[in-house]
Amino acid sequence: MENPIIRLENVDKWFSQFHVLRGIDFSVKQGERIVVCGPSGSGKSTMIRCINGLEHYEGGRITVGGELVSQGDDNIEKIRQRVGMVFQSFNLFPHLSILDNLTLGPIKLRRLPRAAAEAQAMELLERVHIGHQARKFPNQLSGGQQQRVAIARALAMEPDVMLFDEPTSALDPEMVKEVLDVMIELAGTGMTMICVTHEMGFARAVADRVVFMDNGAIAEVGTPDAFFSAPRTERARQFIQQVIH
Amino acid sequence: MTEAALISDTPRRATAMASAPARIALWLRRRIFASWRDALLSLVVVLILGAIAWTILPWALFKATWSAASRADCAPGGACWGFVAAKASQFIYGFYPPLERWRPDTVFALLIAGLTWLMVPRIPGKGYAGLFMMVVLPVVTFVLLHGGVAGLPVVPSDKWGGLLLTLILAVSGISFSLPFGALFALGRRSRMPLVRWLCIGFIEFCRGVPFITVLFMAIVMLPFFLPSGMKPDPLALAVAGIIFYEAAYMAEVVRGGLQALPKGQYEAAMAIGFGYWRTMLYIILPQAIRKVVPGIVNTTISLLKNTTLVMVVGLFDLLNIVSAGVADPLWVGSQAEGYFVVGLVFWLMSFGLSCYSRAIEGGFARADRA
Ligand SMILES: Nc1ncnc2c1ncn2[C@@H]1O[C@H](COP(=O)(O)OP(=O)(O)O)[C@@H](O)[C@H]1O
Ligand SMILES: [Mg+2]
Repeated sequence: MENPIIRLENVDKWFSQFHVLRGIDFSVKQGERIVVCGPSGSGKSTMIRCINGLEHYEGGRITVGGELVSQGDDNIEKIRQRVGMVFQSFNLFPHLSILDNLTLGPIKLRRLPRAAAEAQAMELLERVHIGHQARKFPNQLSGGQQQRVAIARALAMEPDVMLFDEPTSALDPEMVKEVLDVMIELAGTGMTMICVTHEMGFARAVADRVVFMDNGAIAEVGTPDAFFSAPRTERARQFIQQVIH
Repeated sequence: MTEAALISDTPRRATAMASAPARIALWLRRRIFASWRDALLSLVVVLILGAIAWTILPWALFKATWSAASRADCAPGGACWGFVAAKASQFIYGFYPPLERWRPDTVFALLIAGLTWLMVPRIPGKGYAGLFMMVVLPVVTFVLLHGGVAGLPVVPSDKWGGLLLTLILAVSGISFSLPFGALFALGRRSRMPLVRWLCIGFIEFCRGVPFITVLFMAIVMLPFFLPSGMKPDPLALAVAGIIFYEAAYMAEVVRGGLQALPKGQYEAAMAIGFGYWRTMLYIILPQAIRKVVPGIVNTTISLLKNTTLVMVVGLFDLLNIVSAGVADPLWVGSQAEGYFVVGLVFWLMSFGLSCYSRAIEGGFARADRA
């Protein structure tokens, strides 16, 4: 079997006394689309933040493309360049124009000349359907537009993997679709994706596997159809009931 | 007209349509005498302003003598502006030799060029302007003013004085105290305890001790630590003192801005792959500093006024040079005129800084709102 691009082996993490991740064992192949769901506080954000080293873990190992993720290592910056991340709260840089939000990383880290970085940024902005807003500033855009810029900003680093942490949870309902559409288009390009989301429609449309987390552990893994129509655990059944209503 | 007046009774429209005297009357009624309390307050303000003008104007203008060869030529009871005219070049250059004054003049011209480049928004290349102000200008200023190269006669720094010296102290203090302050602010939040303790210790020391004490201690104590025979250069001491002393205050101002930034900004920068220094330089500090422009300007103005304390190490800055001027037997007793003009120059510089800061704050506010 080909090597997985992301591998978590028996990962444990504590927030002081609180055991937040319990023996997470899980890997993602190149081009796979994973949806992670589970009740609030079950450790979904913590898990994907461990993958790019935004959180530190105490037990087990995580590798990205064969490289060990360990905080405090210079290696972590190289790994983060290959792992794009989209946050629930967008986190665009408010003092930079949309264009500069996209070009800063490529110019400073990938050493792209400004003209090349801007050409690439414009192409990405077209891809997320906001090419004409390039000169504006983040707080001049709606939430849905900001989140699409955030996706484009992550893509500008040409990552191998994209992580999404509830990208639509902070959006007004009418803007959720525009962001999900962009994510579905991205999935169509063969990007490896791990998405924490409760959007069942999105999961059914693109996910190869759904990972259900409960209380810091992976409780269930399955195809979207199998998971949503015939969950095996009682907790997953309750959770799906709640998400549908 | 009547219809418009009926439809709109908004003050602006009504004012725009009235004649000039009526407009003034309206403005007075609305802004000055809107109620008896406002009227009383306005009256008190007018009386205070009147009293100030009443005491200063006759002295400064009506009874003043404009040209004089010595104090004896001046009418008593009025200002003797001949003193300022006679000592103008000393106020500007200190004791810099008259034949060499093209050198400070060049420095003034370079300073004005650099400031224009930095402050006028339309001129491009702000990065290079910063480089010019922080690296090129200090080096050129020192080489040109001190001399000793390319056939320039040496002019030791104890001859530099007046406005020249004040500007050297203020500009170097302003240019370097903010970058050093930002470093101390970051150090104060560092995860490395030694760095953190060092920064906290330094900041709290500077905030707890008057600047004049720092200068005194440096001039008295440093010779004990230097190899025997070496004496610290008072100007170098004053420049270093101002930069680091004010950097401690800047650090606290910048720290306030750092605390106001959400964690998400750090995380987004790190997630792109920026390390600590790049995250700080491109993402965190630009935002933190924008949030605290008024505090930075406040510190800058107090820095400007602290430069006058260098008299304790024997330097003749713009304020202290007045005492040199009145030591001239021809002009004994002309302190009031000298300090009046010097005060005015300091006020103009401070006011200029305030105006500039309000302009950039306005620019940021527009960018945030638009
Ligand atoms: N920095 C932190 N310090 C202490 N506890 C935390 C911290 N971050 C998250 N937690 C706790 O860890 C648990 C898992 O959080 P999280 O991964 O954000 O859950 P999810 O994303 O699934 O809602 C929660 O109970 C949360 O309160
Ligand atoms: Mg979460």
